Amino acid sequence: MTWLGVDLGSRIERTVALVVVVVLALGPFVFSNYWVSFVLTQVFWYAVLAMSMIFLSAYAGMVSLAQVSLFGISGFVLGNVVTNVASGNTKGLNLGWNPWIGILLGITFATVIGLIFGALASRSAGIYFLMITLTFAVLCNYFFGQVTLLSGFSGISNIYQRAPGFLGGDVQHHANRLYYLSFVVALAVYALIRYIVRTPFGIALQGIRDDPVKMSSLGYNVSLHRTLAFAFSSFLASLAGVLFVWWNGHIDPATINLTAVLDLLTLCVIGGLYRIEGAFVGAFAFVEINNQIRDVEVPWIGGTFNTVIGLIFLAIIVVSPGGLIGMWGFVKEQLRRGARAAPVEAGAG
Amino acid sequence: MVVHSEVGAPSALAAWLPRSRGELLQRLPFFIMAGGLVFVAVWILFLANSTLVGSAVDNPGALLTTTFDALTIAGLYFIVASGFTLIFGLMRVVNMAHGSLFLLGGYIALHYEEQFVGGAVNSSVGGGIDPSQVSIGVWLATLVIGGAIVGLAAVAGQQLLLRWNQGQDLRQALITIAISFIAADQMIAHFGGISEDISAPGKIYYSYVLGVHYSVFRLVILGIAVVIGLCLWLWLHKTRTGMIIRAGVDDRQMVSALGINIQLVFALAFLVGGFLAGFGGGVGGSFASLAPEVDGNWLLNSLVVVIIGGMGSLGGAAVGAILYGFVTSFSATYLPTIGDNCCTQYSIIFTFALLAIVLALRPLGLFGRAA
Repeated sequence: MTWLGVDLGSRIERTVALVVVVVLALGPFVFSNYWVSFVLTQVFWYAVLAMSMIFLSAYAGMVSLAQVSLFGISGFVLGNVVTNVASGNTKGLNLGWNPWIGILLGITFATVIGLIFGALASRSAGIYFLMITLTFAVLCNYFFGQVTLLSGFSGISNIYQRAPGFLGGDVQHHANRLYYLSFVVALAVYALIRYIVRTPFGIALQGIRDDPVKMSSLGYNVSLHRTLAFAFSSFLASLAGVLFVWWNGHIDPATINLTAVLDLLTLCVIGGLYRIEGAFVGAFAFVEINNQIRDVEVPWIGGTFNTVIGLIFLAIIVVSPGGLIGMWGFVKEQLRRGARAAPVEAGAG
Repeated sequence: MVVHSEVGAPSALAAWLPRSRGELLQRLPFFIMAGGLVFVAVWILFLANSTLVGSAVDNPGALLTTTFDALTIAGLYFIVASGFTLIFGLMRVVNMAHGSLFLLGGYIALHYEEQFVGGAVNSSVGGGIDPSQVSIGVWLATLVIGGAIVGLAAVAGQQLLLRWNQGQDLRQALITIAISFIAADQMIAHFGGISEDISAPGKIYYSYVLGVHYSVFRLVILGIAVVIGLCLWLWLHKTRTGMIIRAGVDDRQMVSALGINIQLVFALAFLVGGFLAGFGGGVGGSFASLAPEVDGNWLLNSLVVVIIGGMGSLGGAAVGAILYGFVTSFSATYLPTIGDNCCTQYSIIFTFALLAIVLALRPLGLFGRAA
């Protein structure tokens, strides 16, 4: 079952990826407006955010629950910088500066805060890291809720009216442009991660993931590598934050509350925490599940969407901790074994 | 659960003064912190005139009230976080559903209070149970029932979902997160989204304590916390079960190789940990409210306490709870008020600062030890 030395599983993977990318590149010509502007654009920014999380868990062995907060920091900074009273926003600083300055400041703030926080948190690992990042995330949510100078509970609204020129100024009327921007950013982030993990830094990071003590005795600065990886993932999360505020037009503390943190975790777990591709699979699955059963009433036990998604989350952790991508990996492994076993069977027969 | 301290013998104060430049740099964080503490003390004592209550010299009663507030909330923090730290210390399970256990305990206690006393307690509607109808015995009974049911639920969850994957700590943490997710939604479905209060017993309400008008009820909570802390300490240090648990914290495999049924000890830890969370939920529902998202707040409180104090250490939980209690109470009272929006509500920044300082100096918490 092998052709030209490439196993069937990888072939299927590449073909599917190619078809998906081509279809998505034709997006606005193939799909309805609803799919382009609501579903797929959301999938793309969610995938960027999920990649920032999966990069850390897959290559650095750090499961971070702070990604949503860093995403929110970039979004809040951008919102504060670009909106003004004329654009219909009343909360926050309302600086009304050029959108490009907003983007730059949003990304810079999130990355620098990520660097500082990474320096504090990355000396711990495993579940300690999980706890510390969760604490950071919840405190961040309260921070934006309490500090009325920057946001307050109602948040920053009408951000889409202040988008840069290439998005058409007002994003609402140019959904296709945001779609293509998000698509390109998602692909670029994917390519960037694939590149980073092949650099000496990325290889060292994977070594630290597998055996920090050994890497430390080989002379690698373990916490520095972890800190830089965290800062890099903060940068990726900040990109998702920028895309999110243009897409949603509004950001408030509920955007980054505990539920949102767990939503992202659920998404990544469904997709698979140990392969970057899981971000796309998880984002699509999560957004679609969300669309289909948002208003469902669960029979027998009661409850709504969160019960269903929680049960899916639980089932995946119990059955396949690698998520959907992990399940596919299992199938792929079976195919490869089948291919290896086939000649033996032929010989025996 | 031995308390480790890196500070040298108290008599060696002179040795703490730096002798060389390198030593000075090394101890710089210590001196910055000491300077910060001195500033805070001077601010509260003399300079805090622009705050809600004024400086402590002008208004010593407010200082005392704030100190009581800090200690009583620390008591509740301790009750809840000690359960969390007990489970973690023994089993390396980070119970992310601890906040859900807290809220569930509160709702169950509320239910039984309604059963015992009769009538609806819902405060936002009014006409609930009058505090005078609730005796302290009934109140304590409802809390114990809530704690016991939650403890049993915690054991059931542990046996069903956590027993077969011991050692995979990340997977276990994710499982508890999934449970908290489901539990939050289920509690909204079954207990509603409206904020509800447990009526505190009426006989112990307000009185004059050391010259300030203060809620005796909150002091009772502090008393309960101290009793729970003492019981836990006696249990862990003076009984055979406690000895087994402490041995299990250090080396699970060895304990089980000695013929002790470690699974039974694990179940016991979950029973007690769940009980403390559920009991804490009853106490918390009596002096604040029960509502959706309260579970998240209390997960956060438990996490902050154990991150500060060090995971798995009972003494650490006590110290962490006191530090966290003081920071939240004092920053809410003694931040200056400038205009409408500034600054008492910015107290969250100080919780951040407390965590950052502790993590920068001791990544495993004040009394934490490496696994």
